[in-house]
Formats: sequence, C-alpha cells, structure tokens
Amino acid sequence: MKYLDGFRDPDAARFLRRRLEAAAARLAQAGRSVRLMEVCGTHTMAIARHGLRDFLSDNVSLCSGPGCPVCVTDAGYIDAALELARRGVTIATFGDLVRVPGSSATLAEARAEGARVVVCYSPAEALALARAPGAPEVVFLGVGFETTVAPLALLLRSAVAAGATRFSMLAALKTVPRALAALAEDPEVGVNGFLCPAHVSAVIGAAAYEPLVERYRIPCTIAGFEPLDILFGLVDLLEQLADGRACVVNQYTRVVRPEGNRKAQAAIAEMLEPVDAAWRGLGVIPGSGLAIRERFAAFDAERRHGVAVRPGRPAPGCRCGDVLKGKILPDACPMFGGACTPEHPVGPCMVSGEGSCAAHYKYAR
Amino acid sequence: MKLVSVGADGTGVAEVAGARYDVQLGLLEDAAVGDYVIVHAGYAIEKLDGAEAEERLALFAEMARRERDGSG
Amino acid sequence: MAEGKILLAHGGGGRLSRELVERHVGPRFAGGPLEGFPDAARIAVGGASIVFTTDSFVVSPRRFPGGDIGCLAVHGTVNDIAVGGGRPRWLSLALICEEGLALAELDGVLDSVARAAARCDVRVATGDTKVVARGQCDGLYVNTAGVGEALPGFEMGAEKLRPGDVVLASGDLGDHGMAVMAARAGMNVEGRLASDTGPVHRLVLALDELAPAVRFMRDPTRGGAASVLHEMLGDRDDIGIVLRERDLPFSAGARAVAEVVGADLLHVASEGRVLLVCAPEAAPVVLERWRALPEGAGARAIGEVTRDRGRVVLETAVGGRRLVDVPQGELLPRIC
Repeated sequence: MKYLDGFRDPDAARFLRRRLEAAAARLAQAGRSVRLMEVCGTHTMAIARHGLRDFLSDNVSLCSGPGCPVCVTDAGYIDAALELARRGVTIATFGDLVRVPGSSATLAEARAEGARVVVCYSPAEALALARAPGAPEVVFLGVGFETTVAPLALLLRSAVAAGATRFSMLAALKTVPRALAALAEDPEVGVNGFLCPAHVSAVIGAAAYEPLVERYRIPCTIAGFEPLDILFGLVDLLEQLADGRACVVNQYTRVVRPEGNRKAQAAIAEMLEPVDAAWRGLGVIPGSGLAIRERFAAFDAERRHGVAVRPGRPAPGCRCGDVLKGKILPDACPMFGGACTPEHPVGPCMVSGEGSCAAHYKYAR
Repeated sequence: MKLVSVGADGTGVAEVAGARYDVQLGLLEDAAVGDYVIVHAGYAIEKLDGAEAEERLALFAEMARRERDGSG
Repeated sequence: MAEGKILLAHGGGGRLSRELVERHVGPRFAGGPLEGFPDAARIAVGGASIVFTTDSFVVSPRRFPGGDIGCLAVHGTVNDIAVGGGRPRWLSLALICEEGLALAELDGVLDSVARAAARCDVRVATGDTKVVARGQCDGLYVNTAGVGEALPGFEMGAEKLRPGDVVLASGDLGDHGMAVMAARAGMNVEGRLASDTGPVHRLVLALDELAPAVRFMRDPTRGGAASVLHEMLGDRDDIGIVLRERDLPFSAGARAVAEVVGADLLHVASEGRVLLVCAPEAAPVVLERWRALPEGAGARAIGEVTRDRGRVVLETAVGGRRLVDVPQGELLPRIC
C-alpha cells in the first residue's frame, strides 16, 4: 500500500527518534521529566501496535488518558441497557460494548441467556433493522466522542425524518475539550502536554483547543494515526516544552481544519444539547456530555422506555479510574494480568479494543 | 478511502485497494467522485486534502533521505 | 462473570477456545493422542500408523470469493492431516441441513466437495445427513473427518524447538478470514481478495527426507498465525519467537480490508497455508521446494526462535517492538 508505506518509513522513524532524543536531552539538562498524555483510543492502539514507546527517553512518559469512550462509560449505563434487554428490546451496539461489565453482568452474558443483542459496524444498520417490516423495538447504544456523535446526530435526524416508530437511542455521548480541562486542572495527573485526537479534531476543529492552551499553558498537538504522524507529534510536544512554548499545533492539516466540520457541528447542535456527564473514573464533568433535545424525546430511549441511567457499582478493587486519568500505568493495578485479563475482564479498560489495559496486555507485557 | 460513486440520497460507495464500502455522506458539504474521505462507523466525517497529504508525505520522505545520507 | 454458559468468544480460536478444551474436554479424555490437543492424532490401527482428524464447518456466508463451505470442508480436513504429518486418503462427510435449504444449493455444495476431493486425491468413504426444523440451524453445517497414512520421519512438538530455528510461512496470511469478512459486510472487493482455501498436502509431501528437521507444523486457521505461534511455544518459558513485520506476507487486498475493519492480520485465518518451524540448515531447501509449487509461490521466512520467556515479539516495520498476543473474543465469528 504505497500511500501508507510513506507514513511508515523506518528511516524517517530513525530521524524522528533522534529529534525525540535531542529534545528529551534538553529537558533533562534543565532537570525536567515530562509527562505527555494521548487521549484517543486509536492513538493508544497505534502507539502500542507499532511499539512507539520504545522511542522515548527515560525522562519522558507517555500515558493514555480517557480516550476510549467505552472505557469511560459508567457501569450504570450498561445496567440500563441490560434492563432494556430484559424487557425484550433488541439492543443494537458497537462491538466493543458487548463485553463491558455493568454492575453485575455484560451484554455478551445477557445474549448467552437469550437477550437480543446485535452488533453493528455502522449505526445506520440499527435504524434499518428498526424500519424493516415486522421489525422489533430497537435501542441503539450511542456511546462515543465527537467523531461518533456527528454520525449519530445524522442518524437521529434520519430516524425523525422517516418517522421511525420502533427506534431510539440510549445516549452516553461525551465531548473531549472539557475532559482535557478537567485533567489539566488535576495536580495529581500532572500532564505537561496533550497529543490531541485526530478525528475528534476533524469534527471540532483545531481552534477548539485554543481556550485550553490559553488557560493552562499546556501544549496541544494534533496528530494523525500513522506511526510517523505520532512520532512527529511527540517531537513537537517535546520541543515546545523544551522551548517553553505552549501552542495549539495542527499536524494533521490534511484532515483537520481550524474551524472543523461546520456541517457536522450543525447537525450535532440541531439534535443534541450539552449536559453534565459522568465519566467512569473521572466523576462528573460539567457540560461534557450531549443529550437528545426535548423535542426529539421520542427517540431518546431513557424517556421512551422510562429507564434511567443511574451511577453503577464499579467492581471492588478496579483501578480503571486511575488508569484513565493517567495516574498509574496498567500494570500497576493489582488485578492486571491476574484477576483482570482480556478473556476475563473486570473493568472496561481491559475489555475495550482501545482500552489502555487491553493495549498494554496485548502489546507490552 | 476514495469515493467511487455518489447518490442523490446522501449515500455513496467508497473504495480502498479494491474493497468497496457503502458510506453515508450527509456530514460533508460537497462530496464528489474521486474525493478521498475519512470514514468512521460507515459515515464520511471529513475529506482528505490531497495537497496537504502530499506535503506531509514529502516531509517524511525528506526525513528518510536525510537519515540515509547521514546529514541528520 | 460468565460462568456457566458458552459464549461466542469460546469459538474464536483464541484463549477462550483453548480454555474450553483444556477445562471441559481435556479432563474427561486425558492421556494418549489427545495430549496437547493437536489438530490431528497419530494413532495405530491394526499395526498401521495413521493420522486421524475431524473438523466442523459453520462458515457464513456459505459461498464467498474463492470458495464455499464444500471445498472448505475438504481442504480443512485434508490440511489437518497433512500438517499432522500424514498423506490424506479418505474422508467422511456429514451434513446437517435446515428445513427449507434449496436442493440446488445442496447440489452445488456437494459438487464442490467432489471437485475438491478429486484435486486432493482423497475419496469420500462414508457420511451422514440430518435435517432439523426451520430455525434450528443456519442453512447448512458440514462436518468432515479424515484418515491418512502417517509419513515417516516427523517427530514434532513444542519441546523440539531450539533457539536459531527458523519460522516459515508458505504464502500470504489472512486472506480467507478477510475475504469472508468482506463478503459478509457487503464489501465488493472485485476479485482482488479471495479466500486462500486450498490443499497444503503437497507442501508437506515435498518435505520428504527433511521431515526430521521439522520441529512443528500447523495450518493457521481460526485465530490466525498468532495462535499457531503460541502453540509452537507451548508451555515453554525458555524460548520465544521474533517476527519481523517487514517480512510478513500479506496481500494488498487483505491489508486493505484489515485497515478498514481494524483487524490484525496475524489473528486472521488462512485456509490453505502452512506455518512451519525447522532447523536453520533445512530452511533454504524447504523454501526452494515450496516455491516450486503454485500453492507455495509466496513462501518466505518470517522469523526465528530465540531465547526468551515464552513471548512472541514483533519487530515493527517502523522500528519499534511489541508483543504478539493470542487473540481473544469473537473477532470474526463463523469464518470456517
């Protein structure tokens, strides 16, 4: 694949390794150790898959923040989905959610007991399912950040326009910038630079990070998913830190514009409104969630089916919250690799394909 | 992925290395056959700017060349 | 947790599948040829040494680019016998049909079985058909069992691996799984991605007098090459395997689909390939003989056995290092 090869050239990677080492050395000379955080599940996996941590010097740590929307979904949300399934509703969902533990069970287990749980690659499949003749009552589990929120807003619009009577969405949609602010404010997290998500940024625009940089003086660099993109993004963050600068740098200009995707933003604003949201491990972050607007209540599964999403009980001893905040690395959790493995996960960080613990377990033990 | 067909109803077909995939185009301002798009969960969320992509590739190619030449 | 029920993940070919066999099947049939759960058993019957295996096929869709459930069922069993160190001879063919299955489709599958058997020089000796009511199975399930003559010279197992041994692949990996995945998702790959389903017994027969140099051989089906590489290491904590990403053989079509769906091709099934570990001096000869056959045209060395603590490590194309784990979960259900 010629196009991709150009983003994976080992010689260019070696060049970037030198730049990383040089910037890290400057920081070391100033007596500084720095902590960088990436907040995108796809970045988590790409870094793990290509073994990129190998490139970082000892005084630079790269931790995974709450970039996996499945991982930050509260156990209570799964409980609500299970309640709907128990009532005979067909649950349509992205594959990742199927093994996430609620307070007592997962959707996969419910399916084994006879519940109707359908995995969709595209949420459009769920609407099609609900509109087929003789269709069952369908609830789509709408979990994701802005990259997913935009398609879901469009889907809701289609459902409304089609007058779909057997379709609704259980929404646990979240927005990234407020979460970054909460992390920047937390002295226990101690983040010095953010590697910003590629496709969330395509939707919200590079300018969305300006307030964060202005307020907290933390460099924010937007990078694509290819290994060279990520290495180059890390180089920029380290060089900004070594120079004492703090700016928003968009290195994914081939996809991300300063203003983002206006049409997507309009669809989101039309169908959804900001609300407070509970992030597993981070607590409630004001204004960081999106709920379906009142006039579309018929398509909101909570209101349509009278089921409330309440805070769930995370498993005792589970330290997903600390992993999500980047406070500890996965293998510092006492259950990692023992009681909690990908086959028998305790918390969502191990279940989700993009979870920090799953990535660490697969690629880095 | 590259758009190989665009329908009137906001749907289209995208292709990568011969694999074709149905995509929803409602999030794009104007999508035309031949555009490269970023697809997430079956929806095209943004177009790839070919000129910027070429520049980025050229930059990485330059890094590779310098590394091989030893000019750092 | 999920105690007490079969989950889809138990059929994925990864860790949970292994657990199912080790914890539920194993204890009841301990010892003998089932030890270590090889795909094929080497057993003695009336003084003759034979290789015996069975496999069931539930692939959906039943027809996919490059093949169908019929030829898949033949190749799968022929190949298990072959990589078990046998020359395939006879097959059984059992069919479970759902009420309402079109006879024309059944005929098509049977024709495919007949053609594949003829190409593999095996014959169907016995069989069975069952019919269940509409809704009680999905169309058609097929089981084949096979017997073959044990070939001389093969003494294989995880305990035979030594640092310095070479890992060989007979061709592109993951085409079958990706072709079925693409077909199921309605991706029109236009002839550039087809299942690699096919027989590998000629690749095994070509090893001939090199058999004693072969430490381990398997066809990377469910769970892909990653599963096989971990089986090669067994329980040993004194050796490991290093793969070089730039040497891994993947077709452009498989790569494309894998990028789209986010699959790791090392976890994706092939149905017409061999992964083999052999002594270093035998490797160039094996490659030469394989490349002389059409089904081995893409053969190459992909890595080697090292001193390590039971890990499979990948040197990534970009210069990093990471682990290759055993796949888990229902990544690609019903691809074989």
